Amino acid sequence: MKIFAKDRDGKDIEIEGREGWTVMEMLREAGLPITAECGGACACATCHVYIDEEWVAKLNPASDMEVDMLDMALAVQPNSRLSCQLTCSEELDGLKVTLAPE
Amino acid sequence: MSEQNPIETDVVIIGAGPAGLFAVFELGLLDLKAHLIDILDRPGGQCTELYPEKPIYDIPALPIVTGQELVDRLIEQVKPFSPTFHFGEMAAGLTKLPDGRWKLTTDAGKELIAPVIVIAAGAGSFVPKRPPIPGIDAYEGKSVHYAVRKMESFRDKHVLIAGGGDSALDWTLNLAPIARSLTLVHHRDGFRAQAHSVNQMRELVAAGKVSFQVASVKALHGADGQLRAATLLGHDKAETQIDVDAFLPFFGLTIKLGPIAEFGLGLNENMIPVDTAKFESEQPGIFGIGDIITYPGKLKLILSGFHEAALMAQAAFHICRPHEKLRFQYTTSSSNLQKKLGVNG
Repeated sequence: MKIFAKDRDGKDIEIEGREGWTVMEMLREAGLPITAECGGACACATCHVYIDEEWVAKLNPASDMEVDMLDMALAVQPNSRLSCQLTCSEELDGLKVTLAPE
Repeated sequence: MSEQNPIETDVVIIGAGPAGLFAVFELGLLDLKAHLIDILDRPGGQCTELYPEKPIYDIPALPIVTGQELVDRLIEQVKPFSPTFHFGEMAAGLTKLPDGRWKLTTDAGKELIAPVIVIAAGAGSFVPKRPPIPGIDAYEGKSVHYAVRKMESFRDKHVLIAGGGDSALDWTLNLAPIARSLTLVHHRDGFRAQAHSVNQMRELVAAGKVSFQVASVKALHGADGQLRAATLLGHDKAETQIDVDAFLPFFGLTIKLGPIAEFGLGLNENMIPVDTAKFESEQPGIFGIGDIITYPGKLKLILSGFHEAALMAQAAFHICRPHEKLRFQYTTSSSNLQKKLGVNG
């Protein structure tokens, strides 16, 4: 599966996603400046991304824990998600995300 | 009891997370006294700040333990050695003295002198998250505050609070009675704060004493550090401008490496390179343990920090007590160690 990520300075990057790994891990591995302070435990909100409008409804909805944790993120929008809570799968092939500001 | 300045001790530990706390234990067994500095107001570091209620499954012999429980147990374990904690202070400067010892200065102006410094700072210092609003730094300290020091300074002001956690709600409730106006903005009509605080806030909104808006702060307006107004952006993309004298963003904490970067330790990707026999940095007498260090094969696990603390303590002993012989003993059999721990063998 492919992930299309937009960097904070607007640069587009195409990433090959590994099934079962989180989108956060893929972004980090691709060298994008994603902090992911807590290492993927849904405990810090530093892997915050915006989901492209056409993909928002196709994702599993955010858990209560993720919604709560998003309260600690900055510049949250209706299409905000924590990328450590999104798991790569064939259904998400072509997912488009934009890194949120730090 | 007044505290002397400078403070002289055996070891100064920067960071009171699990690695720093266990270092107190290992140093204590060797009769070395430790002072700990931490920017947070309590021990535990990431364990208590990021995941106090999350279970950890990879601590040897503790099949399941939460971040808070682990820290509580470490505090109990180091109690016999009565370490001195300096909370709410950040290690700001480090200089070598002519006698070979190190002088560490905190941002509060405290000075600590010791032959050994242990950096157990994890990923760095916890600092408030700064919202990405253009030019916000120009107002910080004067009309943008990340903490409330004196409530009185907000009397009769137009106060804007952003966030949805306990800090945002608590200060909304506390400042509403004295502020001229109080506006709370949050990205959703839901809060992670205590339910009773949320209910009280909603009562104040119903009574017209607090204005709550599902929005984010888009721009700040003012001059010379003094805010005058703010532009709010609703999720419907509608912009409104409100009068603001003081802005309090509460988005929790993030981690920044901070002044450690200037300590001359030859950082490699923001981590301190150390050797794996003593866990000493390239500066003699400055050691590193836990997530802040790097060496071939390093794993950022709490259990690695414990191992690193034990080896560091052995090396620290030789620096602090150059004329004494180190006798390796087990806590199970040494009556000497058991006496230090306050237990009867």
